[in-house]
Amino acid sequence: MVRLIGILVGIFFSGWLLVSLAVGFFTWASEPKVETAEHVFHEHPKALHLASDGPFGHFDLQQVQRGYKVYKEVCSACHSLRHVAFRDLEQLGYTEAQVKAEAATWMVPGIDPVTGEDTMRAALPTDYFPKPYPNDVAARAANNNAIPPDLSLMAKARHNGDAYVYSLLTGYQEQPAELLEEFPEAKTPDGLHYNPYFPNLNLAMAQPLMDGQVDFDDGSPNDLDSMSQDLAAFLVWTAEPTLAKRHATGWPVVLFLLIATVLAYLAYRNVWRNEKH
Amino acid sequence: MSFPWANHYQPTNPLMKWMDEKLPLPRFVYNAIGAGYPVPRNLNYWWNFGVLAGFCLMIQIVTGIILAMHYAPNALVAFDSTEHIMRDVNWGWMMRYAHANGASAFFVVVYTHIFRGFLFSSYKAPREMIWLLGVVIFLLMMATAFMGYVLPWGQMSFWGAKVITGLFGAIPLVGEPLQVWLLGGFAPDNAALNRFFSLHFLLPFVILGVVILHIWALHIPGSSNPTGVEVKQESDTVPFHPYYTAKDGFGLAAFLVIYTAFVFFMPNALGHPDNYIPANPLSTPAHIVPEWYFWPFYAILRAFTFDFFFVPAKLLGVLAMFAAILVWFFLPWLDTSPVRSARYRPLLRKFIWFGFVPCMAALFYLGGAPAEEPYVMFSQLAAAYYFAHFLIILPIVSMIEKTKPLPNSITDAVLAKNGEAAAE
Repeated sequence: MVRLIGILVGIFFSGWLLVSLAVGFFTWASEPKVETAEHVFHEHPKALHLASDGPFGHFDLQQVQRGYKVYKEVCSACHSLRHVAFRDLEQLGYTEAQVKAEAATWMVPGIDPVTGEDTMRAALPTDYFPKPYPNDVAARAANNNAIPPDLSLMAKARHNGDAYVYSLLTGYQEQPAELLEEFPEAKTPDGLHYNPYFPNLNLAMAQPLMDGQVDFDDGSPNDLDSMSQDLAAFLVWTAEPTLAKRHATGWPVVLFLLIATVLAYLAYRNVWRNEKH
Repeated sequence: MSFPWANHYQPTNPLMKWMDEKLPLPRFVYNAIGAGYPVPRNLNYWWNFGVLAGFCLMIQIVTGIILAMHYAPNALVAFDSTEHIMRDVNWGWMMRYAHANGASAFFVVVYTHIFRGFLFSSYKAPREMIWLLGVVIFLLMMATAFMGYVLPWGQMSFWGAKVITGLFGAIPLVGEPLQVWLLGGFAPDNAALNRFFSLHFLLPFVILGVVILHIWALHIPGSSNPTGVEVKQESDTVPFHPYYTAKDGFGLAAFLVIYTAFVFFMPNALGHPDNYIPANPLSTPAHIVPEWYFWPFYAILRAFTFDFFFVPAKLLGVLAMFAAILVWFFLPWLDTSPVRSARYRPLLRKFIWFGFVPCMAALFYLGGAPAEEPYVMFSQLAAAYYFAHFLIILPIVSMIEKTKPLPNSITDAVLAKNGEAAAE
């Protein structure tokens, strides 16, 4: 009885799936394929190699410091970094005094200790990076109806996030003529900007970073490509400040377990030496 | 129950004797996983995965309890508290990555353990109850993992919760009120997050309880073995300790190498980047996908695209998805072959390796692929084979198959394998 019901249920499910397959195949084969501009012209991120890559990866602190400077002078005008506190900057090789001084160059919302009124004060190391807009409505109003996303986790919140950031910053270009020819309706609307690394090809952010826009104290190259890599390295750090510690912890753990595996195998062979199995 | 030749617990130390009189816990352990439990001597590495699954449950409970000390189940702060764990809690990042990858490891191990059951027909009499309890554990694991994935309150948490609870909306008449009741609102929000956290904390202990029943039921007939021939004599078995504690120790160490390599070197490889974006009810992700371990069943759900007369395709998909697991409950009665092990069932063995395995591989891949052609057509083909395998092929093959001759005993099989004449 169980088997009879089972076979009937099986015939129903499998049969109906095959019917759906036949219908789906007919539709698929008979209807013309509709291609979209996003599908044809979207590009995967360019290759990017950072010191933090791979199981031995650690932060190139000078590069991350340069990336911080790019964030501070360019990105922070529109993008928040809400999971990062100024005290975290000590991990980039700054001293406590330097962090205190750096924090003081930022203004954060505070309360007047006498009147209790809202005011702005210099930031302390315990403060988090301030938001550039008081609320989402203000953010939208200033940015062509798009909210600039928080950058703290950007390197983990996109596939291949660091390469995505690097490609997006260096990927602004004129809309290709072939695209307009094939998909005239996909012309970039006014106020948006064409970038093949962005999923739907057009984003509200205009190209934010230009050659030579930021100057580094040590004279490091400040062309667009170098600075975009620096910023990507910084965002890898903001997304996971514990990354280097994770790699450094992982090796002893895995090596210990590998030795334990060898010993456990030898113990197993030893215990079983007189038992055939 | 045990075999008559099992070792008996005989404490010599006065403290252990005293303990044995008052609370014979050491005796219980000795008989359960010690020298007092005789186990077939021919178990291969497929038999390592039960112990590994138990170990994964322990990893999840320990890391989960520590995470719960720092996590805040409130829609306003859940995402930030997860990041607080990652950044500010000492070793919090390790606990969270160990827990997230621990869930994946648990499913890898349990899927292998279940597949061992298919391959050696472990579900057959006299072990039906072990199998049924195992399927219950698997269902509880799925519920627990689903609710756990909602807790970080990222985009995939939110939209996954919305899609999966939306499945209940497909039930006729009561569907929508049921969905609202389950979520405590019209969409996932604080009420849903709170109850998911509560249940996510509770269910692992329910799983632990069912695991104890699973192991209890195992100790009644004793472990199965790769030949499928029951234990007949003392030479067929070895004591669990030290023989299988040593072998499980090796398996556990090897497993931990792979697991920790994921935790420390590629902790996000199995996750979805969208879950590092805070939940936003106003922005739907381009592709909503559950975690990888649900992909075969998600592929089956989405394979139904065509209404069956008055039954909408969505409801069919939901029924099929649940049926895909419920069918496992009936395996002991769908498979009528007198022979257990696929080693001696050449036809079934071919269907498993050349039908079922590629079918599952395809469903795993297709469940994570976008819901567009040609993926949907392949998932329809794979899902059709899935149901046909268990409900049509297995019963028919088990009736008509000409099986190979079985060895007389486990000892004979072991001696034959080692190239010695079978001793009578």
